[in-house]
Amino acid sequence: MLEALFGRLTWDSIILVQEFEDPNLNTFITAGAAAMMPVGGALVVALLFWMKWWKPLFDWLTSVDHKKIGTMYIIFAVIMFFRGVVEGVLMRVNQAVALDGGFLSSDHFNQLFTTHGTNMIFFVAMPFLIGLINIVVPLQIGARDVAFPKLNQISLGLTAVGGFLIMISLLVGEFSTGGWTGYPSFTGRLINPGVGPDYYILSIGISGIGSTLTGVNFAVTIYKMRTAGMSFMRMPLFTWTALCTSILLIFAMPPLTACCLMLGLDRYLGFHFFTNDMGGNLMNFINLFWMFGHPEVYILILPAFGVMSEIAATFSGKRLYGYTGLVAATMCIAVISFMVWLHHFFTMGQSATVNAAFGIATLLVAIPTGVKIYDWLATLWGGRIRFTTPMLYLCGFFVLFAIGGLSGVILANPTLDYQLHNSLFLVAHFHNVIIPGVLFGVLAGIYFWFPKIYGFRLLDGYSRITAFLWAFGFILAFLPLYQVGMMGLTRRTVNYDDPALVPWLVVSATGALFLGLAFLFVLLTLWRSVVNRKKLAVPFGDPWDGRTLEWWTPAPTPEWNFAVLPKVDGRDPFTEAKAKGTAYQPIEKYEDIEMPANTYYGLIIAALGSGLGFGLVWYMWWLAIICFLGCIVTVITYAFLPERKKIIPAAEVREIDEAWRRAAREARGVTRDDECNEANQGLARPDLITNP
Amino acid sequence: MIDPPLTQAIAESFLQPMGPVATEQLRHLKLVTLLTMIAVVPVLVATPCILWSYRRSKPKGKYRPNWESNPVLELLMWGVPILVVTLMGVGLWNTTFRLDPYKELGKDPLQIHVIGLDWKWIFIYPDEGVALVDELVVPEGRAVELTLTTDTVMQSLRISAIVGQIYAMPAMTTKLNFIAARQGEATGMNTQFSGNGFWKQKFQVFSVSQQEYEARMKKAQSSDLALTADTYAILAVQGTAEEAKKPLAIENRKGPIEMVLGDSKIFQRVLARYMVEDMTPESQPGSPSYDPAKSPLPAAPEKPMMEM
Repeated sequence: MLEALFGRLTWDSIILVQEFEDPNLNTFITAGAAAMMPVGGALVVALLFWMKWWKPLFDWLTSVDHKKIGTMYIIFAVIMFFRGVVEGVLMRVNQAVALDGGFLSSDHFNQLFTTHGTNMIFFVAMPFLIGLINIVVPLQIGARDVAFPKLNQISLGLTAVGGFLIMISLLVGEFSTGGWTGYPSFTGRLINPGVGPDYYILSIGISGIGSTLTGVNFAVTIYKMRTAGMSFMRMPLFTWTALCTSILLIFAMPPLTACCLMLGLDRYLGFHFFTNDMGGNLMNFINLFWMFGHPEVYILILPAFGVMSEIAATFSGKRLYGYTGLVAATMCIAVISFMVWLHHFFTMGQSATVNAAFGIATLLVAIPTGVKIYDWLATLWGGRIRFTTPMLYLCGFFVLFAIGGLSGVILANPTLDYQLHNSLFLVAHFHNVIIPGVLFGVLAGIYFWFPKIYGFRLLDGYSRITAFLWAFGFILAFLPLYQVGMMGLTRRTVNYDDPALVPWLVVSATGALFLGLAFLFVLLTLWRSVVNRKKLAVPFGDPWDGRTLEWWTPAPTPEWNFAVLPKVDGRDPFTEAKAKGTAYQPIEKYEDIEMPANTYYGLIIAALGSGLGFGLVWYMWWLAIICFLGCIVTVITYAFLPERKKIIPAAEVREIDEAWRRAAREARGVTRDDECNEANQGLARPDLITNP
Repeated sequence: MIDPPLTQAIAESFLQPMGPVATEQLRHLKLVTLLTMIAVVPVLVATPCILWSYRRSKPKGKYRPNWESNPVLELLMWGVPILVVTLMGVGLWNTTFRLDPYKELGKDPLQIHVIGLDWKWIFIYPDEGVALVDELVVPEGRAVELTLTTDTVMQSLRISAIVGQIYAMPAMTTKLNFIAARQGEATGMNTQFSGNGFWKQKFQVFSVSQQEYEARMKKAQSSDLALTADTYAILAVQGTAEEAKKPLAIENRKGPIEMVLGDSKIFQRVLARYMVEDMTPESQPGSPSYDPAKSPLPAAPEKPMMEM
């Protein structure tokens, strides 16, 4: 009876119980992490009661507003980022002292690198970028919302299911030890019968469906929802990269879903897709995984490139250099990204011809990427550069990403990959493109667009310190790993026996501590900025003398984004309007605005999806079946429910919009000299230096 | 050629190459780095220069807010990377074929069969009738061809100072060709994570003179231990070679395990097991419930299996 109810979940599966049964440093660390969940959960609930925040909470959770959904993606990413950073620091510190034995047990370390990788890729980097895309793209193309607002909510819900599963694995059971790539037959049923690989498959499988839907949503949004005059070649570069990322999501996520499903069939129903025996072949998993995994790299980096483009133009007060070239380069990267997956396993024994072909295809990626970097440098050339926080990230990106590119080109050579594959050189390489590339882009983007959505800037001093900490920490933590990798140390190594490695790894661990500090500074920046939000307010909505449509609204941006949908006749419509002095002219005619109403759809899917995943992991079949049927019933029911709309009357829109325009016409605004002062109310004054 | 000193450090990586493959890999690494510098150095130099010249507080150059294209610059921006990539592509193509691990590096290479287990390697010398665990002895200057498989999860064998790595996978074979150019000692290892003890899965490679090689083989041929299906099943239990000595009843013996090849078909039998058997948790090495007594190897197939 108990087994039917709880499946293979027993009292001992709960991590906190293990601490009492076998107290040591490892169980202490895992128990500490596990305890954060009930304790943190209780604190959050208490806070909600104390502040009476239940209603606003549900307003957010049921919202279909793209800005709120984007925000929730980013909050989710920050929470998961906390865990990822702690795991990274733990691993690096362990390795610094791991000559002939560190303080982490092998099993604990193996789970750490698996969750660190899975977490950082699927639940930190992707939600960060999808969050930014959600917030920015509709504003940049002059739309009021995305094409499918409810679908957007479902995507978020499914991502949250993945996050829930990877988090609950801290408390109940264990996570996979097979690395974020999860190669069978190590993750197969015979070798790893435990719940770990099941958590892995289900968390990335279910959230992967959410990502596919996001791709569909944003591709359609960008194709169909652009405002009048916004032709493809007038779209801001960030929107272009978002479009490419959406296309990549649509084509790259299904192989992941497929290989998760197939591995799941192997594990649950005894199929033989990837088993050692009966004609199964693990090479098929590896191919399928990287058919997703390589485009994934560009899913992450392209929007970061988009952010860099916006920043280069805005903070040098100049038109973007080589717009056409940048668009072409972005598209080139998107296409080539599907033709290089094999370089993740040059060493699998295929012929030299295959390796050489994929190696050269990989080198080709360097061409458009190089062009992009030159284009951004040319954008700065002849500008008037302001060293704001995003510009600091951009500078760090130029220098550090170039090194990451160099090591990428090295690894593209099959000959060299035979030596460096699976070594810490590889680990150094992908952190070298993901931290200075993706993370710098995300952080710069958050600083850049934060005032747009929330109405106040982030504190400048704190943000600058944060930027320096990230760069400094990164250099210390990862550049030594290139050397260590060439000296022969492999990735995923809990202990080692070569004393020559110790000094390098100690430096690396120090860097990891700085990265941890940098993360704390991100939180500190947010907290201090929220406290000082009155002084930092930018109600006019244009704190950086922006160039594109998103800056042409008040801050915080109203739910309907644009009172009247703007008409566009150039690439930098807002800059042109400001130059002509027409940016804040009164508008004659306002109309009622129809917005989609709040819905519980996404929340219900998230709850049922979590139940489905948890039930499957623990063999609680009744739970899995109920939740699965529940999902189907929910989808069918919502398909038949009439669409509910919320009407915002023209009078209300007129009142708010006219007040904003009038105030903007009457106020003086600030020049770029006062950009980071309290004087900056979000109204840009024509600049003496930049407009001689 | 200068004789190497008698006592020398163990070569851990291709930074101290011991054979032609690793030497050429190191040279190619330097070449690729230099070539890439053509594209990277301009960025590293231009970034601080541009930031300095066009800083808003004290700009030097002219402000050109609407400048967005220049055909010459455009040509350079696309041209330089295309040129560099073309040059590198040629080098990549050539080295990939020249250093293909499947390419035999001499006439009649020494054939060695390798079985990867958790967490040890068995090196089978079919011609000598010998099997060594976690020790690879090769004569200096002689071409060697490893044929690899595993009897657990995927592994990857790398002897960094001599040659790169190649995956070893169950039910399949891969090949790795190399020459150890001079006498010395190098470390080989499994680089593919395969469980808790994976980082211990290392072995010593001894490149020795022909006479010493023959002496070593003779010594192993006189071993009282034989590699048969039974001893193999014991070796397949998770653990290092040192830990396997106890169940093999040789716990007091120092040095690596040396065995006579009791069953010359053992490599083929290991490969064949995944073709004919439905593996169970008890019979699959690497599984937590693996039981050597319940893990019989099938008979060797009559026809040699297709090699992949």
